[in-house]
Amino acid sequence: MSEEIIICRDVHKWFGDFHVLRGVTTTVRKGEVVVICGPSGSGKSTFIRTLNRLEEHQRGQIIIDGIELTHDIKNIEAIRREIGMVFQSFNLFPHLTVLQNVTLAPIWVRKMKRSEAEDLAMQLLARVGIAEQAHKYPAQLSGGQQQRVAIARALAMQPKIMLFDEPTSALDPEMIKEVLDVMRELARSGMTMIVITHEMGFAREVADRIIFFDQGRIVEENTPDEFFKNPQHERTKLFLSQILHH
Amino acid sequence: MRLIFRWLRENLFSTWYNTLLTVLVIWFLWVAFSGLFQWAVRDAVWSGGAAACQQARQLAQAEGRSWGACWTVIPENLKLFLAGTYPAGELWRIWVCVYISAAMLGLSAGVWRGLVRDVVVALGAAALVLLVLPFSWTERLWMFGIVLALVVPLGLRWVARSRIPRVRWILGGGWLALPILVVWLIGGGGPLPKVESTQWGGLMLTVLLAVIGIVASFPLGVLLALGRQSTLPIVRWFSILYIEIVRGVPLITVIFMASLMLPLFLPGHLRIDQALRAMIAFTLFTAAYIAENVRGGLQSISRGQIEAAQALGLSHWLTTLFIVLPQALRAVIPANVGQFISLFKDTSLVFVAALLDLFNIGRSILANPQWLGTDREVLLFVAFVYWVFTYAMAHLSRRLETILGVGER
Ligand SMILES: Nc1ncnc2c1ncn2[C@@H]1O[C@H](COP(=O)(O)OP(=O)(O)OP(=O)(O)O)[C@@H](O)[C@H]1O
Ligand SMILES: [Mg+2]
Repeated sequence: MSEEIIICRDVHKWFGDFHVLRGVTTTVRKGEVVVICGPSGSGKSTFIRTLNRLEEHQRGQIIIDGIELTHDIKNIEAIRREIGMVFQSFNLFPHLTVLQNVTLAPIWVRKMKRSEAEDLAMQLLARVGIAEQAHKYPAQLSGGQQQRVAIARALAMQPKIMLFDEPTSALDPEMIKEVLDVMRELARSGMTMIVITHEMGFAREVADRIIFFDQGRIVEENTPDEFFKNPQHERTKLFLSQILHH
Repeated sequence: MRLIFRWLRENLFSTWYNTLLTVLVIWFLWVAFSGLFQWAVRDAVWSGGAAACQQARQLAQAEGRSWGACWTVIPENLKLFLAGTYPAGELWRIWVCVYISAAMLGLSAGVWRGLVRDVVVALGAAALVLLVLPFSWTERLWMFGIVLALVVPLGLRWVARSRIPRVRWILGGGWLALPILVVWLIGGGGPLPKVESTQWGGLMLTVLLAVIGIVASFPLGVLLALGRQSTLPIVRWFSILYIEIVRGVPLITVIFMASLMLPLFLPGHLRIDQALRAMIAFTLFTAAYIAENVRGGLQSISRGQIEAAQALGLSHWLTTLFIVLPQALRAVIPANVGQFISLFKDTSLVFVAALLDLFNIGRSILANPQWLGTDREVLLFVAFVYWVFTYAMAHLSRRLETILGVGER
């Protein structure tokens, strides 16, 4: 198969005495879409945040696109340029317009010319369906629109990997679809994606693989079909029955 | 007319107790202000120098009634109020400073528009109002020059913007160079004869001290606030030490120390003059307070903002510059402007460094036997001038907040 772009070997992390990640081992291939689910507090967010070093892991190895994550700040910045991240609470910059939000990093980190960066930004905003809002400020947009700007902002760095941490949990039901549509299109375009979500319909349709997290470990890892039809572990079955029947 | 009656009935006389309240308030206002009105307007002397005031007072005393205000003390001493004991033959230098600043403002208004243009319009209107006041024709000519200096560059904006590349950068550089140019023009040196800073005074000195204090303390304060959060222990400890020491000392002692002790720290041949020492004192003092304000702003920035910037690959400095500082500084505009307003008023403490700013020039005029007994007039005038400036600052700060607040609506 194609090359492995993310390799995690026995990743451990503690918050003080609290052992959050207890040996996570997995690999993600280029172009793969991986959905992570699991109960609250199981360490899903912490895990994907170690991938771009928003959290530091204390044991084990993380290799992104051939570069190992260490304390070396140059490595960290290089890896962050290759990884886009979308947060549950959008985290747009409120003092910048939509266009400025999207062009900031390409201009100052990628050293792109302003005019080029703006062209790229307008293309991306059109792709997520909000080109006409380019000159508004984030606070003037709806939640769904803000999250799509956040996706465009991450894509503007032309990353190889996109991380999503519950991108739709802060949204009203009618806005969830517009964001999932964008993500679906992105997955189809061949982007490598890791998505934490409770949207099981989306997982079933888009994911190549589903990872189930519990208490800082990967409990189960399978294709969506197998995962939903034949869950192997008691914990997974319980989780699925809770999430599918509410 | 009918409308007025209706408004009166609905707002002042709608019920019997409202009527009672209205009558009481009117009676109270009459008691409180009729005396003031008699003194300040009806019996006041508006012109004719000190002699006219003496005459009016003697007349009133002879008739056994109270005498009115002696407003003539203001125009008679206007030059002192505005420029202190600055040599009369060199006054043109101050005018040149005013003209250059006005022209810079006008040009900036053309290039940036927005808030700067409102400032220009307000200043131009103020200058036009001053023209109506009873000044001599030469003074009016000087003042009309200000209006021209403000408005003409405004008209040049199209030329400037289309023909000169990077006109904004040039203007920005101009503003940075302006304080130095002004201090040189006023203080002399080189081809210009020297004017010792003990001769600077009045409103000019007040504005100079305040503007330089503000312009210099702001960046210093921001740096101290960043330093206080630095991961380098030396930088952090220095910032904390500096801020806490300065905040624990009254301003008047800082000025005292700057005027007495600064020479001890510097090599003997390097003599800094009094006004410069006072400027340094105000800057160092205000910077500590600005730093604390800004620190509050820095702490108000959510973790998510910083993480979003990091996730995009922005370095620590880029994150601070583009994400953290703009939001933090906007959040603390009111606090910082409050600090600048106190700085403006605290310039009156420079008398401990033997300098005569607006307030202290007022006191020195009162010490002149000719103007004995005009304390109220002089103090009211001085207070009014302070109020005009501080109110303008407060108003500008609110405008700035709304303009910068667009994203937050
Ligand atoms: N900065 C921190 N300091 C201390 N403990 C933390 C910190 N961040 C997270 N934790 C703890 O680590 C555990 C895992 O948190 P994490 O956010 O990774 O869970 P999650 O699986 O994403 O849950 P959710 O579905 O609620 O988002 C939780 O118990 C949380 O309280
Ligand atoms: Mg989470």
